[in-house]
Amino acid sequence: MSRETIELVVFRYNPETDCEPAYQRYQIPYHHDWLVLDALNYVKDHLDRSLSYRWSCHMAVCGSCGMMINGEPTLTCKAFVRDYADSIRIEPLANFPVERDLIVNQDDFMSKLASVKPYIIDTDDVPLSEGEELQTPAELAVFDQYTGCINCLLCYSACPQYSLSADFIGPAALTLAHRYNIDSRDDGFRQREERVGSDDGVWQCSFVGACSEVCPKGVDPAAAIQQGKITSAAHYFKKHLMPWSDS
Amino acid sequence: MQMVSTDIAIVGAGGAGLRAAIAAAEHNPSLRIALISKVYPMRSHTVAAEGGAAGVIKAGDSLDDHFNDTVAGGDWLSDQDAVELFVETAPKELTQMERWGCPWSRQEDGHVAVRPFGGMKMERTWFATDKTGFHLLHTLFQTSLKYPPIQRFDEYYCIDLVVIDGRCEGVVALEMRTGKLILFQAPAVIIATGGAGRIFPFTTNGAANTGDGMALAYRRGVPLKDMEFVQYHPTGLPGTGILITEAARGEGGILVNKDGYRYLQDYDLGPPDPWPRKKAMELGPRDRLSQAFWQEQQKGRTVAWPSGDVVHLDLRHLGEKKIDARLPLVRELSSTYENVDPVREPIPVRPVVHYTMGGIDTDINTATPLSGLFAAGECACVSINGANRLGSNSLTEILVFGARAGRAAAEYRAGNDDRPKESELRRQATKPRSRIANLMQGDGKEQVSVLRREMNTAMESGAGIYRSEDSLQSTCETLEALCRRYANLELQDKSNVYNTDLIQALELGAMLDVARTIAVSALGRTESRGSHQRLDHVERDDGNFLTHSMARFQEGNEPQLKYKPVTITKSQPAQRVYGGAAK
Amino acid sequence: MNTGPLVRQISRRQWWLGASRYRRYMVRELTSLFIGAFAFALIVGLWRLSQGAQAFSAWLDAMHSPAGLAFNGIALAAALYHSVTWFNVAPKAISVRIGTFKLPDSIISGAHYAGWLLVSILVLYLVRV
Repeated sequence: MSRETIELVVFRYNPETDCEPAYQRYQIPYHHDWLVLDALNYVKDHLDRSLSYRWSCHMAVCGSCGMMINGEPTLTCKAFVRDYADSIRIEPLANFPVERDLIVNQDDFMSKLASVKPYIIDTDDVPLSEGEELQTPAELAVFDQYTGCINCLLCYSACPQYSLSADFIGPAALTLAHRYNIDSRDDGFRQREERVGSDDGVWQCSFVGACSEVCPKGVDPAAAIQQGKITSAAHYFKKHLMPWSDS
Repeated sequence: MQMVSTDIAIVGAGGAGLRAAIAAAEHNPSLRIALISKVYPMRSHTVAAEGGAAGVIKAGDSLDDHFNDTVAGGDWLSDQDAVELFVETAPKELTQMERWGCPWSRQEDGHVAVRPFGGMKMERTWFATDKTGFHLLHTLFQTSLKYPPIQRFDEYYCIDLVVIDGRCEGVVALEMRTGKLILFQAPAVIIATGGAGRIFPFTTNGAANTGDGMALAYRRGVPLKDMEFVQYHPTGLPGTGILITEAARGEGGILVNKDGYRYLQDYDLGPPDPWPRKKAMELGPRDRLSQAFWQEQQKGRTVAWPSGDVVHLDLRHLGEKKIDARLPLVRELSSTYENVDPVREPIPVRPVVHYTMGGIDTDINTATPLSGLFAAGECACVSINGANRLGSNSLTEILVFGARAGRAAAEYRAGNDDRPKESELRRQATKPRSRIANLMQGDGKEQVSVLRREMNTAMESGAGIYRSEDSLQSTCETLEALCRRYANLELQDKSNVYNTDLIQALELGAMLDVARTIAVSALGRTESRGSHQRLDHVERDDGNFLTHSMARFQEGNEPQLKYKPVTITKSQPAQRVYGGAAK
Repeated sequence: MNTGPLVRQISRRQWWLGASRYRRYMVRELTSLFIGAFAFALIVGLWRLSQGAQAFSAWLDAMHSPAGLAFNGIALAAALYHSVTWFNVAPKAISVRIGTFKLPDSIISGAHYAGWLLVSILVLYLVRV
């Protein structure tokens, strides 16, 4: 199949001039090796300098360029135009307020991430001069997969629970909380559990599994959350049935 | 204009900026620290660093060896007092990252694992598979959430420094979400904005790497040091410029030309051992490997690929298991973007602009000549990297000097209690305001994207791996013309909210200024050293050029070029020796 | 003018029509209604049993009527669908590691199927004798 041009149908919204969003069509040349992001950059550089969107690394690691491509949350720097039909619909990530065109407001995620304390909480204060804390490859393997989150927010965009309940902490932040909870160097489970095990935490997840399906890095947030539920439940029973225990 | 009053303003929230913020917050928890960045912290380009971070930790290794490798790797242009400090602090900083949760790859016994890297005598590169920068950045960002003094200002683009009576007193930034200008009053300012690779058309650098911080300092009279030294990484994917880490060669990958021949043995890098020999062949320094590619290309021995000439990086003999354990990102990137699975086929690679060794002139404490202004990371030039940076020294550099900058700024703040008058501060902010207004109202004919493309082309053709007086002269003239045309820019987008047309125009302005320092400094250095190779001056000239070039801004004119001696403590300049003869 | 960020409303009733993965999820959730209904029918059966042989046989007849058979068929299909989809996602909740080796998902799912088979055989055996 040889294609010479393709069409981008792009969501446009400028809060200073528009009351309603609209779709704008751009005809652009087709290149077999172009990413959807390259197509957008072509529009920006050659057709319409007023189009706004975020991007940076162009290698699926900075997490800037997540958008809806034909309704599916996708990193535009990891999606080739050749894999789509001749018309590609591009919209801002679902479930977030749109600031302008393809740029969404991410404040909610940033504050939720901070709220789960995504950092090592280490109760024994060993001085730095004693060197690194030992951690075997097996201990590392327990949490390694969950360190891969690039915070691109595709999972929030795919999660119906998040779309229905704004208080839900959501897949990426819960995954990172779990990542620290199961790190052999960490003692912070109880501090995080107040938030992670709350009504806004793992128990709001109804296990649709969409987060894991759209994750561009294979992190599998749904797995982290289900495992989080098990630890949370175990903690609950231990606390109530064995109040003398120290968990 | 809205004013935010803080103690320390940090411009840039990548590895160096975050490390600085944490260091300042730990130094004095009562400080107010504004962490200002044009992108969210986790989007910063530290995220794309792959191979690892160097620091002496293993038995048999020594600080002296790390020092000697770094100084020789930099072709003796590094300041040796800075390198001494750097190698000494490196292990502490990397251990600190471990304590903060960085998922360093481990040995069976639980100790941190290290791998060999180019130009390094020993295995001393700590790594987290081949996503080290990503893990360092996210670990720093997540850890920074623990410190209440750190207040983030995400997606604010800094336009100018506030300088009053020869002292830096803050920054003026554009809040991208609203288009409003914000005045940050801060007695100490740290610039940590990273590199400027986007000046070139083919680069590993992300869209954000436009040299903004370098331009901020430069326009306020701070010299940019050693700007002619631009590193080409020898192994980027041909179409996109995506980085294929040096760790691929550290783990045993080999480079072959179209005849399947390990051509590096023809460039004083042999013998071609079947195992990775340190400081030889594929583990030679980046400048030499990129230059060897160019020579091979001249000889017609490279492989023709749809997106340009390449050589092959062959990892097949490592096997699937090792590739997945040690180089999972290499496999992912190569499969996704070149449709080549390194388990089954060699990866096509070619040299690609990667790193600016030069940058804002700072002393060993990260202080710039402008009182109250500090700089750290790729935007700064301390200089530990000299004429060519060794792979895995830069991730360590952002930690060592980022932390130093945070502490230095906190101490500087403690000694400076007098504040400038608010009226004076506000008067300072009028200049950036009119700059924005001029850009927004400009009705010339020039387009940001057109000028940017022409700048890219001029830099690649004139200031690439090999340079000459003619090529540089022509690039200088093109850049001068582009600067004039920049004044005739017309923005299509006149709105305030996320006006990326405006941001790109500001970035282009920064890139043009920085590009001129690169070209002019390269023209002035009539010798070949490290990454700066002149076809018309092929030898190193220690008699005249064992010096740092210092490019100083002159309004409406070419940068003024001066030189400053290199600090030498214990390593006298000598021949750089790699291959079998290397020690 | 600045109307501010645009909040796109989603329909609280129809959101699940938007994507096939949501529809699949809703079908999985809906199957539990049939499983619940079947459990209820079973409880009714027990209650009828407590009322005597005649009552129980009336319940059995109802279960054997065309409507009763159809209901049983649907409930069985729903139970199968629910079990299969559930077993297939079980590995997400259960991660078993031996050193750096992670037990493959197929083993975890397989163990669930094996358990199911065992319980079924046991029940059949008990019912037969």
